[in-house]
Amino acid sequence: MHPAPSVILFTVLSGLGFGMLAALGVIVHPYGWTAFVLWGLGYGFAVAGLLASTFHLGHPERAWRALSQWRTSWLSREGIAAIATLVLLAPMALSDWLGLGFGRGLGLIGAILALATIATTSMIYAQLKTVPRWNHWTVPVQFFAFALTGGAMMTGQRGLALGLLAVLACALLAHWRFGDGRFAAVGATMGSATGLGHLGRVSVFDPAHTAGSYVMREMIFVVGRKHAARLRVLALGLACLLPAVILGLSGSVLACGVAVVVHLLGALAARWLFFAEAEHVVGLYYGQRQ
Amino acid sequence: MTCLPARTDKKLGLAIDLDTCVGCNACVTACKGWNDQGYGAPLSDQDPYGADPSGVFLNRVHSYQVQAPDLAAITVNLPRSCLHCEDAPCVTVCPTGASYKRVEDGIVLVNEDACIGCGLCAWACPYGARELDAAAGVMKKCTLCVDRIYNENLPEEDRQPACVRSCPTGARHFGDFADPDSTVSRLSAARGAVPLFPEMGTKPVNRYLPPRKKDALDASPLAPLLDIKTSGFAGWLDRLLEKF
Ligand code: SF4
Ligand code: SF4
Repeated sequence: MHPAPSVILFTVLSGLGFGMLAALGVIVHPYGWTAFVLWGLGYGFAVAGLLASTFHLGHPERAWRALSQWRTSWLSREGIAAIATLVLLAPMALSDWLGLGFGRGLGLIGAILALATIATTSMIYAQLKTVPRWNHWTVPVQFFAFALTGGAMMTGQRGLALGLLAVLACALLAHWRFGDGRFAAVGATMGSATGLGHLGRVSVFDPAHTAGSYVMREMIFVVGRKHAARLRVLALGLACLLPAVILGLSGSVLACGVAVVVHLLGALAARWLFFAEAEHVVGLYYGQRQ
Repeated sequence: MTCLPARTDKKLGLAIDLDTCVGCNACVTACKGWNDQGYGAPLSDQDPYGADPSGVFLNRVHSYQVQAPDLAAITVNLPRSCLHCEDAPCVTVCPTGASYKRVEDGIVLVNEDACIGCGLCAWACPYGARELDAAAGVMKKCTLCVDRIYNENLPEEDRQPACVRSCPTGARHFGDFADPDSTVSRLSAARGAVPLFPEMGTKPVNRYLPPRKKDALDASPLAPLLDIKTSGFAGWLDRLLEKF
């Protein structure tokens, strides 16, 4: 799948933002200007991510329509969950900042909604049977692990962050380990794509078109996949190992800041791989696999 | 709503004969010609005469080689377009309700006024049947020529999808798969028609009629010619030349 920068930014930033909002809703109770900065960052990332996601739309001005199909569409559910979270947590944020002393019940509900938002984002990808690597439980697990780890790191929960970094490393390794065998496990072949498999071995004789097409640009991405192994090491190192080492050595604000930046670079690399390595079954019509 | 109808009154679709299709692309051209000027946004092209041309097509014809063990390889032309699936994943993923399946005839359509061009439906389709129009910013797909098949302004014989009407070999058949006596149903049964990508769970309506079994010759009819024994002067020349 084509790793569009807008979608990579959207999923990484909104994941981080909603992870922070979940943490601020239940675990961390900052007050005064610390609360202002932390809640502000949480909202900032969440909203920036949502805005980035509208950049790739053909008609962003109609985006409001995407809130209507919650009965079947994970994308629609995501929009609703995201807006509900942002609206519900606003009084909690104000209360923390201005010391209004509202009960934490609202924070708890908001945190649950933030988690629901992360779940819906991951399901947009995990629901797609056409992309076997994504159509697997490791995808929601990975999205949760990223969001919660980022949230814990951004809110200075050192112990929790260290534990979650370990979980994230396992989640990434599991996604790669299972993902590599998913296409074969699903059983889609050129034979099943063309319905000709029962007649013999199918191969491309002549391409359907010599110019590019939307489907090829969007779904048949191969550039850079040969660097996948090296990028995986880089992603794991930056997203999990290095931040864990930094946080293990020091709990200072500076150390936390550096760890977060390194972690985010790793998250971007991991998310680039998430798209670039995912093969869509339509590639079979173009002989991308047997 | 993007909920799929529990059942549709008709199941309109195509039966495409892979034995007859010669890969001439008449259907591709006719499809683009008709859908450029009728239903919805025209199918735009980008840089059509330049170095990197690209454009929207609702139907594309692939050519495959099929090699069975111990048989001569065969070429199969396979036109690929929307199969108007019964369990259309492109419909249920759509966040706006722009994608829908009609209860009356099962045709899958896009309401272009509601489409935000998010592209998720194209990701959900295993067949690559949906293409986003770069100029209009909305999703385009085969409409089964919904503006022809019911169009009483057209002569009766033209009330068929443009691809079916234009196919010079009669490889494309249009009809109702819900009716067991329709041409498409009978053809599908007689020829052992197959669905594409059955493992994707989409339950496509369109069917592909596989190529018929070809005769296999025991040996080349020219084989005896390869074994001629020469005699006389030619034989002497033959033996002489073999020495070099
Ligand atoms: S072929 Fe693709 S676009 Fe057409 S109904 Fe099936 S999934 Fe949807
Ligand atoms: S591109 Fe349009 S039709 Fe397709 S899922 Fe998005 S809004 Fe729906």
